[in-house]
Amino acid sequence: MSMGLTIIITGALVAASCGFLGCFLILRRMAMLGDAISHAVLPGIVIAFLMSGSRDSLPMLLGAAALGLLCTFFIQSLRSQGVQSDAAISVTFTALFAIGVILVSLYTRQVDLDLDCVLYGEIAYVPWDTLYLFGNNIGPKAIWGVGTAFILSFLVVGLFFKEFKIVSFDPQMAAALGIPVLLIHYLLMGLVSITTVASFESVGAILVVAMLTVPSATAYLLTDRLETMLAISVGVGILSSLFGYWLSLIFNASIAGSMTVAAGIFFILAFLFSPLHGVVTRWLIRRKMRAATDQP
Amino acid sequence: MNVLTQIQQFFSDPNTLWVLSGTILLGVSSGVIGSFAFLRKRGLMGDVLAHAALPGICLAFMLTGSKNPLFFLIGATVTGILASMAINTITRFSRIKEDTSLALVLSVFFGVGIVFLTQIQHTNYGNQSGLDKFLFGQSASLVGDDVWVMGGVAIALLLFSLLLFKEFKLLCFDPGFGRSLGFPVGLLDLILMLMLVLAVVIGLQAAGVVLMAALIITPAAAARYWTERLDIMLVLSAFLGGLSGALGTLFSATTANLPTGPLIVVAATMIFLISLVFSPRRGLLSKAIRLAATRKQMARERVLQFLYENREQGYFDPLNTEMILWKYPMSRRRLKSALASLTKDGWIQVEQKGGSFFIRGTGEGWVQAYETVLRTRMTEVWMMHENEIGGNIREEGSTTGEIPPDLFEPLWNLLVKHGREPKWNPKSDSIAGEGGNVP
Repeated sequence: MSMGLTIIITGALVAASCGFLGCFLILRRMAMLGDAISHAVLPGIVIAFLMSGSRDSLPMLLGAAALGLLCTFFIQSLRSQGVQSDAAISVTFTALFAIGVILVSLYTRQVDLDLDCVLYGEIAYVPWDTLYLFGNNIGPKAIWGVGTAFILSFLVVGLFFKEFKIVSFDPQMAAALGIPVLLIHYLLMGLVSITTVASFESVGAILVVAMLTVPSATAYLLTDRLETMLAISVGVGILSSLFGYWLSLIFNASIAGSMTVAAGIFFILAFLFSPLHGVVTRWLIRRKMRAATDQP
Repeated sequence: MNVLTQIQQFFSDPNTLWVLSGTILLGVSSGVIGSFAFLRKRGLMGDVLAHAALPGICLAFMLTGSKNPLFFLIGATVTGILASMAINTITRFSRIKEDTSLALVLSVFFGVGIVFLTQIQHTNYGNQSGLDKFLFGQSASLVGDDVWVMGGVAIALLLFSLLLFKEFKLLCFDPGFGRSLGFPVGLLDLILMLMLVLAVVIGLQAAGVVLMAALIITPAAAARYWTERLDIMLVLSAFLGGLSGALGTLFSATTANLPTGPLIVVAATMIFLISLVFSPRRGLLSKAIRLAATRKQMARERVLQFLYENREQGYFDPLNTEMILWKYPMSRRRLKSALASLTKDGWIQVEQKGGSFFIRGTGEGWVQAYETVLRTRMTEVWMMHENEIGGNIREEGSTTGEIPPDLFEPLWNLLVKHGREPKWNPKSDSIAGEGGNVP
């Protein structure tokens, strides 16, 4: 596999799995949780690293996922104690991140763990970090990791699709129907944690946060059906990673940054020209209607 | 002793004094501005603005080629304002909710910043090192010049919030009312955003992107627990912010060589947790104590009510405590503590007969039971006829729910109408007559 193709496939997989889950996040008005989780996992990574003593991915993945869940649990508890939701999110993730940074600076003298490298993985290095099974090179590790996370979230959401849908749109009604709303909430948070962690180890936190929000927000402007929204979000995510890679080649800039910028451009296009909710579209329709009423 | 000498050493070092004054100023100014942001439910704006500063800082560096903090300040302010305008535009002109537009603007602006950053690295601007310090912050690198800029901006921010205190108060609590009074609410919101941008930007170098978000929101959230007044909250939040700054800096300088920014955040979080648990009215501890007191009062009232209702129906023997549990289910432990406290007050007597406990009222106890039942039943009929009688029997601060004297007679008449008046008055030790016999 060529280098560029590997990077594009990894980016597309990250975009697809984040865009898929991001739809539920923005419908539940928890878009900032992606940002919160991606920062809060730092102490988990450090603790897993200290305990296992290696830079092996699996312990780090587990530690990070545990901290991600813990972070959402703290946020939920603070909220149920009457702390307003934006404050609950900020206080929790900044505190956990600060603890992580302190742990890193306490122990980095003894071990070799680089903050930039852990938190801001670089997608350009993905092709060289390959996985071996029975001595055979079976391809880049990132593709396997993110691919597994994607299939997992696809399966879980597919199994409980009706439940996820109703909890996203009307949690009260879901509770009245006897659906375990809190369980679904933590299931979604668990999937977001796993996906976040699996992705940002290879592509960096910023791309994860962007892909969790921007494609799904774009899709939200283009359709009124959840199924279509999920499909569009995944599609926009994949397109952003393609277009972003091309941009990064032209401008010789960071690939993750360019993919984010590409997703932003797609959003702006949808914001202006969406057939349903676009600013320009609505303005044109209004003008046409005014013209129609002025000249009977 | 050892720590004391370390602190002494610390204060004799002019360099660390610069750092200390910088972090305190930072805590104070972000505490004040953060309070307004917190009350406007814009707590996450701090995080967004901190991320949105990155492209501004990079642009300033690309355009001027210098690392002067003033240029960084200007660049970051410009992109910060752009970000907040983008958020407003997206929420106003589309159906995207505020939280989504926050996350969206945050990630796209930061992405643009990363693209600029790699541009700077690739095109070999020379001394570009230090730009990435803005991501994580490094208080130890604060020098006199930085602190002068920070101090100037911080004092200007404090002055402005003092001048515009009344307007911001209106903006935070009732923007619609403000608009109806003719205040330029949109402009005020913009000024507040600009101040928030400045407060975030001056802190970036010391605390870094993520930790600046904490300095904006955590002291304000902690201060909110201690007061219901905005002016006190501002002072308190400024104090707590400054305190976290000072504690973090002192701790980082005197103990192991830990980074200052995260320690400041940990200090602020500790203060928040202490407030969450121990604050007098909204704290978890005082809530739990109040809940326990209410439950105990409830259990006591139920025991008295049960005693009285049996006597009212002409049943004079001592009552088995099991029957109370049957009529009013509650935990045995709670019943036991209610019985113990009633016995201590001398209102009931408990006797043990063959493994079961029996209770009977005393003279004072019967009077109290009568009062309790009268109050409970009057509350019931008041709730049934609230619209006709008016008044409010659950006044603020009255935990016992005393019946106001002017409502007594109409309520008594209603009780008689429903046949719910207490039939036996221990004060006169006779069955109350049909109506008229108001005690």
